[in-house]
Amino acid sequence: MIILLILLNLILILFFPFIMLGIIKKTKAFWGGRKGVVLLQPLYDFVRLLKKQPVVSSTTSFVFKLAPVIALATSITAGLFVPTVMGFSIINIDFAFIVFAYILGLGKFFAVISAMDTGSSFEGMGASREACFTSLIEPAFFIIMASIGAVAGFYTFQSLNVFLYNADILGLCIIILAVVALMIMLLTETSRVPVDDPATHLELTMIHEVMILDNSGCDLAFLSWASAIKMVLISSIIANLVIPYNLPFGISIALYIVLLMFIAFLIGTIESAIARFRMSHVFEFVFAMSAVALVILSLITIRIYGG
Amino acid sequence: MNWLITENKKRVNISEIPVLNFPNLREEIIKINKRVIGFFGKQEEENVRLFVVMADDIEGKLYISSSVFAKEEKEYESITQEIPAFHVFEREFYEEFGIEPKNHPWLKPMRNHKNDYKFFEMEGDEVHQVAVGPIHAGVIEPGHFRFMCHGEKIYDLEIQLGWQHRGVEELMISSPSNQLAESICGDSVIAYNLAYSNAMEALGDCEISNKAQLIRLIALEMERSAIHIGDLGAIAGDIAYLMGASIFGATRTLVINTMLEISGSRFGRGLITTGGVNFDIDKQLSEKIVSVLNKVATDVERTIKTMLKSPTVSSRLEKTGVVSEEQAKSLGLVGMAAKASGINLDSRFDFPDKWYQDVENRTIKAEGDVYSRTRLRYKEIKQSFHIIKKLLSKLETYNDEPMNVYVSSSKPDSFVISITEGWRGEVVHIALTDSQGNLSRYKIKDPSFNNWFALAMAVRNNGISDFPLCNKSFNLSYCGNDL
Repeated sequence: MIILLILLNLILILFFPFIMLGIIKKTKAFWGGRKGVVLLQPLYDFVRLLKKQPVVSSTTSFVFKLAPVIALATSITAGLFVPTVMGFSIINIDFAFIVFAYILGLGKFFAVISAMDTGSSFEGMGASREACFTSLIEPAFFIIMASIGAVAGFYTFQSLNVFLYNADILGLCIIILAVVALMIMLLTETSRVPVDDPATHLELTMIHEVMILDNSGCDLAFLSWASAIKMVLISSIIANLVIPYNLPFGISIALYIVLLMFIAFLIGTIESAIARFRMSHVFEFVFAMSAVALVILSLITIRIYGG
Repeated sequence: MNWLITENKKRVNISEIPVLNFPNLREEIIKINKRVIGFFGKQEEENVRLFVVMADDIEGKLYISSSVFAKEEKEYESITQEIPAFHVFEREFYEEFGIEPKNHPWLKPMRNHKNDYKFFEMEGDEVHQVAVGPIHAGVIEPGHFRFMCHGEKIYDLEIQLGWQHRGVEELMISSPSNQLAESICGDSVIAYNLAYSNAMEALGDCEISNKAQLIRLIALEMERSAIHIGDLGAIAGDIAYLMGASIFGATRTLVINTMLEISGSRFGRGLITTGGVNFDIDKQLSEKIVSVLNKVATDVERTIKTMLKSPTVSSRLEKTGVVSEEQAKSLGLVGMAAKASGINLDSRFDFPDKWYQDVENRTIKAEGDVYSRTRLRYKEIKQSFHIIKKLLSKLETYNDEPMNVYVSSSKPDSFVISITEGWRGEVVHIALTDSQGNLSRYKIKDPSFNNWFALAMAVRNNGISDFPLCNKSFNLSYCGNDL
């Protein structure tokens, strides 16, 4: 059973990203009145890129070649700590959320210095924006996870499931708020509208895309895959907040997959319905996650100490 | 007489144009206080003759005067100090003839770059420079943009153009043709060809049929609405507003496909010829055009209303890239850019053509920001559709008239100014003939020539990530400027 769950986790973490990307593309095409590309197009693109040799600028150093590998490695490693179906995670330790955040942070660090390494002024701007977002998200993420852990009494990722298990009104409020906060994190970390526009060709407005502007071939494939894996990881955290963990295996996996597909549909719908924010408003939007986190913290304080 | 007063599309003899000495001419230019639309030289043996054309938009008159620079005269007192709108004209004149305007504030090359040109630079700890282009990420024309930024904020933008310089004005003299005229600026095919044809017909003292005139103006309005719809889609695309980008993209295709049915080209190439038009619009086609336009009008209206009402869209467009009315006036902006800043400048109505007389020319409430430029496009699309329907209904009356008339060869020693309101603004063609009646100088002024500097003004103190949006809202021409 354990082997089966480990395999399932790995398959979900490694390959579900392509399906999520495909659903986002399909949703955007649907709202735009187009037929759109086939569902697995992101996977085909990935395979096509894998076959290509990267072109490396002569002004770059070893960091530039190293960064895509590290970005992919950190995304996959972070995935080992995140629970997917039935609250099962491959590595289950206390304070896993801190390990999770800093492993992703390591990947981000290399992405940022690799972007600076190219010496392009666009990439420098993109790197500075990305670093700024991360520094806004990280404390909020810690507050949320630590608060949830404080209620549960233990600090593994499994504490997510405790809320739904014995949820009262206050608990439900906390779940809803945490989902909102994690959605903001999801949109920011995976560079979707309204934070970033993955479809744009305008270098001056890009954030994530501009950082990988000089990457090509399999390097580009690794970076895009790493970014898509993050989408599944954060979605999994959301899924574990709202799916009870003591359901039968079949129902549990079905619910999980449906929920992830729904999140992808939601991202696609948001992207179709609203325009991207002005850059100065994007910072406010990302900062809103901290505000929500503080509300969660105060609600939990009320719950623990009885108001 | 210091000025020769004439009208749009009217031939005058070069000998009638007064020749003043430059200090007098300069004084006159400052005194009459009109809008400059032409300031160009012409080589006359050893001398350079400088022609100045000023427009009176209220009376619909054009003022022409000139001055002669002898071989050894290599400088003059710049007019830009008094009237800033002259700055591009004087830079161009300096580049072409090497006659230097003294005390010009910024004698940057217009098209031919010298490698030693120094861009403006700012110093400071957190100031950084961003260079964009001339090769861009999208399929667009080449242009170089140099930003001086403090964090995300733009302090200054310097624009360098000229990569599209093809020597069009010289080509016009050696081998003038409609095909050449319509290839100068690919998104204003009809406007350029119309300006050229009007100039040629005026030089040959020829009047074309009413029918041909109507078909030409219908095509001009079709071009205007098609490009405006495309631009609305591009603005929506730049702010990642998917619905606008999809629907405007689709409706633009309907309009240009209708153009394809009229002329066999989606951009109207080959439709206009000197002396008339090559393709007719019969009753059946005319009905089809009306039905397509009705459908497009409904779609555009519904989409733009939803789009501009959406808070995420208006928060991106409002107060972004503002050009104040005062700035627009002093820089001498024309066309869309001027109208969006509240200056009502439209050569269709300022230099009236009989077909436009019963069309209402209303000004819109304009703030000079991206929002105003977006809304202005929508208003102009509506107005264009209205005009097209009106002209189509008149077309039936002239059914028996010929499409083409014979245009006699150009009269010698003539000077003609031909202004056409393209979608971007006034397209000015000035043609001069020699004693044999051959073209001896052909001067073209695209609205972008005046307006590029407005973009640099608009982005000051805006976020650098809003630059592409500001740029798209002007949508200026590189090739029209570079010629």
